[in-house]
Parts: sequence; C-alpha cells; structure tokens
Amino acid sequence: MANRGTASNNSALISMIADEDTITGFLLAGVGNVDLRRNTNYLIVDSKTTVKAIEDAFKDFTAREDIAIVLISQYVANMIRFLVDSYNKPVPAILEIPSKDHPYDAQHDSVLSRVKYLFSSESVAGDRR
Amino acid sequence: MAGQNQRLTVVPTVTMLGVMKARLIGATRGHALLKKKSDALTVQFRQILKNIVSAKESMGDIMKTSSFALTEAKYVAGENIKHTVLENVHNASLKVRSRTENVAGVKLPKFEYFTEGETKNDLTGLARGGQQVQLCKAAYVKAIEVLVELASLQTSFLTLDEAIKTTNRRVNALENVVKPRIENTISYIKGELDELEREDFFRLKKIQGYKRREMERTLAASKMFAEDQEAEKVSLQKGISMNAAHNLLSAAKDEDIVF
Repeated sequence: MANRGTASNNSALISMIADEDTITGFLLAGVGNVDLRRNTNYLIVDSKTTVKAIEDAFKDFTAREDIAIVLISQYVANMIRFLVDSYNKPVPAILEIPSKDHPYDAQHDSVLSRVKYLFSSESVAGDRR
Repeated sequence: MAGQNQRLTVVPTVTMLGVMKARLIGATRGHALLKKKSDALTVQFRQILKNIVSAKESMGDIMKTSSFALTEAKYVAGENIKHTVLENVHNASLKVRSRTENVAGVKLPKFEYFTEGETKNDLTGLARGGQQVQLCKAAYVKAIEVLVELASLQTSFLTLDEAIKTTNRRVNALENVVKPRIENTISYIKGELDELEREDFFRLKKIQGYKRREMERTLAASKMFAEDQEAEKVSLQKGISMNAAHNLLSAAKDEDIVF
C-alpha cells in the first residue's frame, strides 16, 4: 500500500539558501548541483547579498519542478519572513535550519509555530467535540 | 432557521419517498465513513505533530555537530578548502526520491535520500586533513538524513492539515445541511401522503354512508309492500276485498234515492 510511489519525479534535488559555511558543508556531502546553464541549486548569502536576490532565489527554488526540499538558514528566512510565511505548498518543503553564528530560535519557525498553535488548540477542540 | 426549514422541491409521491429514504441512508453512511476517515487522519496528524517537534529539536543538535565538524576540517585542512569545495560542484550525488504513502485515502509524500555516482570531493584535503574532511562529510550526510526526514514530516503535516479540514467540512456539510434537508423532505412527503389518505378515507366513508341510506330505504319500501300484500291476502280469504272493505267503510255518504 505504501510503496505505490510516483515514478515520474523519482529524483529531486535539495536546494539551499544559507551562509557560506553551511553551504560548504552540504556541498561536501554532495548536495550541490550545477546545470548546463550554470544555474546552481544553492545561494550563498553573505553581507553583500541583497534581500531582493534572496527573494528571487526563494521564488525560483520553490517554483522549480526538480527541487523537493529547500533548506533556508533561519536568519535568512527572517529577512524574507513574509514570503516564507505566505508559502503554503507541501512540495517543495521549506525547512528552516540553524546556522553557525545564529542559534536556532523555534519562535520564528513558520511551521513550528503552526504546530505549536495546533498543539494548544487540539486539546481545546478535543474537548468541544 | 432558514436552513432548518429547507427542503428539496419534489413531488410528494410514494416513489419519491423511497428515493428520499435511500438518499438519507446514503448520506448517513457517507457521514459515518467520513467521520471515521477524519478520526483516522487526526490520529495520524497528532503522531506527526509529536514527531515534528522532536525532529526539530534533534535537528538543532545535529546541525551543531556538523558545523563543529566543518570547523575542525577547516582548521586542519586550511581555510581554502571552502573554495575547493565550491569549485568542485558539478552534479548532485545526493538526491531525494519521493514516494507516496496512503493514509485513509490521503496521499502523503515521503522523501528519502539516496546517493548516486561518486562525489567529486574525494580528493579534497588530500594534502592535509583528509580524515577531518571525510568526517565532516559524514556529519553533513547525517544532517541531510535528519533534514529529509523532517521535510517529509513537514510535508505530511501540511497535506494532512488540508485533508482534515476538507474532511471536516464535508462531515459538517452532511450533518448540518444535507441530512436535515432530506429529513425535512421526507417529513413533508409523509405529511402530504397522510393528507391524501385522510381525504380518501373521508370520501370512502361518505360513499359508504350514502350506500347504507339507500339500502335502508329500499328495505323499508319492500317491507311495506310485503305487509300490504299480507293484509290483502287475509282479507281475500274472508271474502271481502281489502280495498272494497275500505271502500265500504270509508265511502262517502250515498245520495238518497228519491222515487
């Protein structure tokens, strides 16, 4: 029952928007991909990267067919919070990851805040039903 | 209140009543099934919620370890390892495969990662710090493992959330709109049919009464006739016609005969 997989998009990429160190680590693991037009599936964010560039990359990655997961550093996600929060498609999945110099803060995570909200409201709804 | 009094526009007939009853049964069964589905989804949903929270927490630790491994690798292999890695990107050797899992009719995507081909970074850190680089790589692969797991949980979470909302909406629609409407229609048809039956009954009663009256009248007439007949017979035996006797008694005074 569970193994009725989709044969069409059998292999998908993981894309990243993060700082240089995080990207380096993941590239070392073999996640990076450069296609024929020199388009990468990652964006290195440093002090010179504009918010506009991040926005464009985010939109591009979420619109691409061959990307299943978008990893985004939380401090980068905070820069484009409105985009991340308004994104509600299941695929590609947006994951906010901690970066080296920015510790993870669960308060900001858009999905986790929804989870927490549902956790508190579930008990209330459970009583009502 | 407007929703309460609503009913379907139907012709109140017995056939329609049967159809409506069948529809009510169908709606009830559908309602029960959807309710079950919603419950099953909710169970799954809660499990996923729990898993997400724990996975998010473990992700923090994993990321910390892998960052530390990278720092180690950088310290041993020199700062320029970064550039070597960044330059060596060609094709992804670590990819995700998605398959769908079926939970109560809802397709949940599940991701799993797999490696294909050789990584180009095998020679990275050949001069020094090769082991640290490999350790760092392993740490990041492990991080990817957790992240992919988390991603499938998160995707399932979003999909299930949507599915539960849809199912609950359907359950409520059946319970609060469709079923009352059909019930109203059924009671309306029943009322109309009862009315028709009462009308019919009244008419039959009326006809019955009329017939009975008619019967009594003929009976009475025949009885009277029979009595008359009887009297006639008796008087004939005595030699006097009943009619004549009557005449004799009740005849008007004869006129005097004058000679």
